[in-house]
Amino acid sequence: MAAYKPVVVQACPKLGEKITQDTLYWRGYKTPVQIKEFGAINKIDFSPVPPYNYAVTASSRIHIYGRYSQEPIKTFSRFRDAAYCATYRDDGRLLAAGSEDGSICLFDVSGKAPLRQFEGHTKPVHLVGFLSDKYRIFSGGDDYSSNLWDIPSATEIISYSEHTDYVRCGCASKVNADVFITGSYDHTVKLFDARTKSSVLTIEHGHPVESVLLFPSGGLLVSAGGRYVKVWDVLKGGQLLVSLKNHHKTVTCLCLNSSGQRLLSGSLDRHVKIYSTTSYKVVHSFNYATSILSLALSPEDETIVVGMTNGVLNVKHRKPEEKSENTQKKRQPAYRTYVKGRTYMPKQEDFCVSKPVKRVLRKYDKLLRSFQSSKALDAVLEPPIMLHTPEVTVAVMQELHRRGTLRSALAGRDEKQVNLLLTFVARRVIEPRFTPVLVTVADMITDIYQPVVGQSAIVDKQFLKLQEAIGKEIDYQEELLEVLGMMDTLFATFTKKKDTCLEENKSNGVTEIIETNMNF
Amino acid sequence: NRREDTVSSYASGGSCWTLRRNSSQKEWYLLCASGDFVKVYSVNTEETLRLMGGHADLVTGIQLNPHNHMQLYSSSLDGTIKLWDFMDGIPIKVSSLGFYLHLHFYPLSGPHSSVLLLVSDRFFFLWSDTFQLVSVKLTKGAGQDLESKELSVVLDGVGASVKHIAFGREGAYVVSVKDVTLQVYFFKRKLLNRFSLSTVKTKGGDNRFSCVVCHPTEDCIATGHADGKIRLWRNFHHRKEYTYSTLHWHHDIVMDLAFSVEGTRLLSGGVESVLVQWHNESSCQKDFLPRLGSPIEYISMSSDGALCCTLHTDNRITIINSNLRFSRSIQGLIKSRDVKTGLVVDPRTKALVLNGEPGHLQFYSLQSDQQLFSLDIVQRQYIHQAGLKQSDLVKVAFSAQGTWLATVEESEEVTDPELQLKLWFYSEETQSFTLNTRINTPHDNHITDMCFRDMDELGDDSLILVTTGRDCVFKVWVMVEDTDPEGKSAHESVSWSCDFVGSYHNYQATNCCFSEDGSLLAVSFEETVTVWDSLTWDLKCTFCHPPGNIRNICFGRLTCSKYLIGATDYGFLCCWNLLTCALEWSAHLNIVVLQPDPLSEHIAAVSWLSKESSLFVFKPNEPRPLYIQRNLCKEKILLAAFVPRDEPETISSEKYLWLRKSQLFFLTDTQELMTLSTKSLEERLTPSSKQLAVEESLPVTPFSLLLGKHRHQQAQEDTDLGKPVVHNKQEQASPAVKELLHTPAHVLPSASFLCTIFINSLLISKENKSAEEVADEVEMESEKADGDSDEEDVTVMEQEDTSPMELLGEMTCKLSKSQEKELRKIRKMDYSWIAAF
Repeated sequence: MAAYKPVVVQACPKLGEKITQDTLYWRGYKTPVQIKEFGAINKIDFSPVPPYNYAVTASSRIHIYGRYSQEPIKTFSRFRDAAYCATYRDDGRLLAAGSEDGSICLFDVSGKAPLRQFEGHTKPVHLVGFLSDKYRIFSGGDDYSSNLWDIPSATEIISYSEHTDYVRCGCASKVNADVFITGSYDHTVKLFDARTKSSVLTIEHGHPVESVLLFPSGGLLVSAGGRYVKVWDVLKGGQLLVSLKNHHKTVTCLCLNSSGQRLLSGSLDRHVKIYSTTSYKVVHSFNYATSILSLALSPEDETIVVGMTNGVLNVKHRKPEEKSENTQKKRQPAYRTYVKGRTYMPKQEDFCVSKPVKRVLRKYDKLLRSFQSSKALDAVLEPPIMLHTPEVTVAVMQELHRRGTLRSALAGRDEKQVNLLLTFVARRVIEPRFTPVLVTVADMITDIYQPVVGQSAIVDKQFLKLQEAIGKEIDYQEELLEVLGMMDTLFATFTKKKDTCLEENKSNGVTEIIETNMNF
Repeated sequence: NRREDTVSSYASGGSCWTLRRNSSQKEWYLLCASGDFVKVYSVNTEETLRLMGGHADLVTGIQLNPHNHMQLYSSSLDGTIKLWDFMDGIPIKVSSLGFYLHLHFYPLSGPHSSVLLLVSDRFFFLWSDTFQLVSVKLTKGAGQDLESKELSVVLDGVGASVKHIAFGREGAYVVSVKDVTLQVYFFKRKLLNRFSLSTVKTKGGDNRFSCVVCHPTEDCIATGHADGKIRLWRNFHHRKEYTYSTLHWHHDIVMDLAFSVEGTRLLSGGVESVLVQWHNESSCQKDFLPRLGSPIEYISMSSDGALCCTLHTDNRITIINSNLRFSRSIQGLIKSRDVKTGLVVDPRTKALVLNGEPGHLQFYSLQSDQQLFSLDIVQRQYIHQAGLKQSDLVKVAFSAQGTWLATVEESEEVTDPELQLKLWFYSEETQSFTLNTRINTPHDNHITDMCFRDMDELGDDSLILVTTGRDCVFKVWVMVEDTDPEGKSAHESVSWSCDFVGSYHNYQATNCCFSEDGSLLAVSFEETVTVWDSLTWDLKCTFCHPPGNIRNICFGRLTCSKYLIGATDYGFLCCWNLLTCALEWSAHLNIVVLQPDPLSEHIAAVSWLSKESSLFVFKPNEPRPLYIQRNLCKEKILLAAFVPRDEPETISSEKYLWLRKSQLFFLTDTQELMTLSTKSLEERLTPSSKQLAVEESLPVTPFSLLLGKHRHQQAQEDTDLGKPVVHNKQEQASPAVKELLHTPAHVLPSASFLCTIFINSLLISKENKSAEEVADEVEMESEKADGDSDEEDVTVMEQEDTSPMELLGEMTCKLSKSQEKELRKIRKMDYSWIAAF
């Protein structure tokens, strides 16, 4: 014996992106805060120590923002010309920045004037960074050279001039205090060891390199340039692991999230893409108003800061975790009530009657189970169901039609109900997934209420609306067919093999409809 | 004769009905007439305990012997009534009545002992619809074939069905209904009362009777009517002052009624497949047991009222507790209205898969004659009502490993078939199929065929589904993986979508088939077969054999994979060579079914010509068939399937060599499942029945214990001494001895009757004997060599028991009939030998 089977409501999958764990995670940010800077923002760097302030380099200024402040809490503005690449040291106490005139300044975050100034580059310095031993700075300039500086003495330790174009990006290894890499517009990424006189490894990226990144383990290297983001295995001597081409303009910045599981890339095409570092597939993407130049993610992914070409700083804070305290507040029944009677062991002569499992049925299902078709239809014509889940209403109508009782369920209604019905039909009849059922319903309603046409102004108006909706839909379909025909002729001229391809094209329209109907 | 040997009905899809009584020892039996057999089911285990065969035609009625609840009467269309001991499955008495039409009978209790009443259409009313109720006095003798001639007509013009006759309390009266008349005949008063209802159909009312039952303790008759009313008649002793009250719930014909043992409750059932329980004959108090699956045809109560069972039109028995709770169901092959899916074999379980309950797919195990499970495909509430457009399953296909199942369902409406293609994935955790993808309207018109690309070695990635439709296209469906990188499991993120749509000159696509290696797809478009490359979906070549549309196509397998076989409407079987693209051979045959064996090159073709089906088995590379079976059966064979055997069977005869790896099953248009068997019917039946007799009906007596112990010892001894010959002989004698020793004494025929059988069983043929003598000598020697005193005792005993048999053998061989007297003496000696044990 089978239990009552509820009416199957045809769920329609939502087109577009699918909800995954990642989308939920990355959507958990508040509406962004926009801060206007003076020029294009070329670097954003988070302080590695709490309270995680961040330094924003734009034009000739370096602003330091607090976590929730919209105004800079500190400003370094002693630059004659544009400043570049303000970077925190690992302990968050020193800040280094390059400048247009070729000098590198080292600041104490609490002070104002530079502690040290490193002169040596002849052209603007776009890259500054600390090695992980904290006492040395590496830099790269438009004079094609990359230098290594000693902080205490403010002297140049070594200068490599191996690149053949501007050096614009680089980073230091966190594992080895002597290793750093630089990326250059000569399409190469070079890995230097401070202990040797020349570069250790050269990787050919293929496009001017805009950004490089080393994984915390030091084994993988990510380079961005042109439209490509490429991942290289350093330990295997620079073997290409994967090449990602998800942007349609130059990728300008790269960044890892705090756990190292996701890689973020920002591009001039106004998108930030988030990749999984296991499968290297895009799991989420953000849209921004203008081209992105720089991008940073605070520890714990609390804040995403994006700098744009028009000088707007976009700051997104993470929503606080919703705590489910409401459930805990509800007073739990005493333990005794739970245990009551549960511990009774049935004796041998006892006749056990098990409690039947109660199945929860919807109201319309209950009515359909007892063959009350008219009431079942009433139940699904209630505004909340009719407006928000029209598929339920249509499914019940279809079920009634299958049972042969749709006509009697539709009949015998007063002006208000007929009005409600007709509103629903006129509105939904053009939706392809509802059309077959609602056409029958519309047919029946016209049949049943034909004799009383003209008695009620409201119903007559609805009938006219229905007519209008159907007329519009017919015109629309005709136009679509015309377009399809035009496309067919176009495709036919392109194809060499006449038979098969023609058919394939013809089918395209059909398959799309089928795919939208598909249910997973 | 030969035909009977080879073709045997496998599962009866025929009508069956049941009566069930319990016996003591808390074991419940359910007896059921099914085709030519009477089946005994155990209610507790739902298994068939016994199959009692012996009737030559349909069994029409069964009834327990009112005097002995271990015995059962059965009647059949072959004109015989048999009395069975259903515990052992042994016929006790056979009465032949000499007329060969409908028989239903009622053994009467009380003073009318050994009187049976029968409904019969006697031969002089052969062409009329009138049936008579006659009483027959059955002789008390226990002979095998008894003629019963004493007939007396009780009632004329009774209904033909079992449900149209009922007996009142303690057999005081008999009630019969037909059309709109009710007849009551009182035996003692010899009074016949006749009541008629009006024939006028008012307000959809239809007064025709459909069934009748009598109250077990009161004078009350309940009748069911065609319009769903139930009438309760009282006071029918009087012709005028009779009264009736009406109960009305059913909206369609009341199929059967049953009173509870005390008579307080009345059960009724009909096409709604709802069992209604009426309390105290009032219409306000009633309980329902809804959704029993299919229309109820018979209702039967157990003798103590603890259980009730309903028999449904789809060949299923439901057992229901007294508190109207569903208990269990016994089901074999569920009979569906129309097997549209064809016979498909599930690669995983080797079960036969076909339409079951409406909207369900049944997995039927051929080995156990049981339904393994029923998969709900349509997932909609089925409304049992005439004239509704129901949607049902029409096509089924399995992937090679059985991991994917594709189903197509459509409603009966012509204009809008509401097509749905569903793809199911077998999940190992739940051990069942779960819905993966549902595609609404995959084609604009009916789907004609569907197949998977079967590729074992390439795995699931290469899985392709092809559907052909009457909308003149075929579609190729492939799996699409979702791009969720952190997807939980591989198959949850997989869905199916359309990959390619192909057509050929706007002809309707009718069949599709993949070649064995999956590289080629053949699709037939009306008169033409097109062959497509499954990688690029290019049309490779076309074949046709005008005139006539292509009905079936299939590729050859293994060594014959270069051939494509097709059958046309105009009665041609063609074989094309794919390498030369030319017709290899053709034959003029009206092929209905074309079925390739998945494990060999053989292809079975069933033709239908002038009301008989014939079977041809051939290899595509030879135009001459390997095996021809003309006149396979009278019914039209609609479907066939090869079911792979678990292990290749050793088949001696050259003719059946093609049946070595798989077995062939047919389904006829009367929904009977048949198979081609290499053994005869007796061979197949005997092992099971013998086994049952030994295992089940062994009452543990001190004697049998002793015998068992002795045998055990003997067997040990045999193995010790290495005397297989003696052992064999002992085995030979055992069935007859067992039969004699284990049949309950009260059902045993007279000793004089048994004696000859017993003696015959002890006869030993000559060749055997010589070997035995040699063995005996060996035994003697070894015995002497072996000085063990314990064993000596036993062997001596054994010697005793062999020697009279040898004597017997010699004597029967030598002595003529004139010396039978001496034989009788030996018989006496025989019994003394038993006593010596």
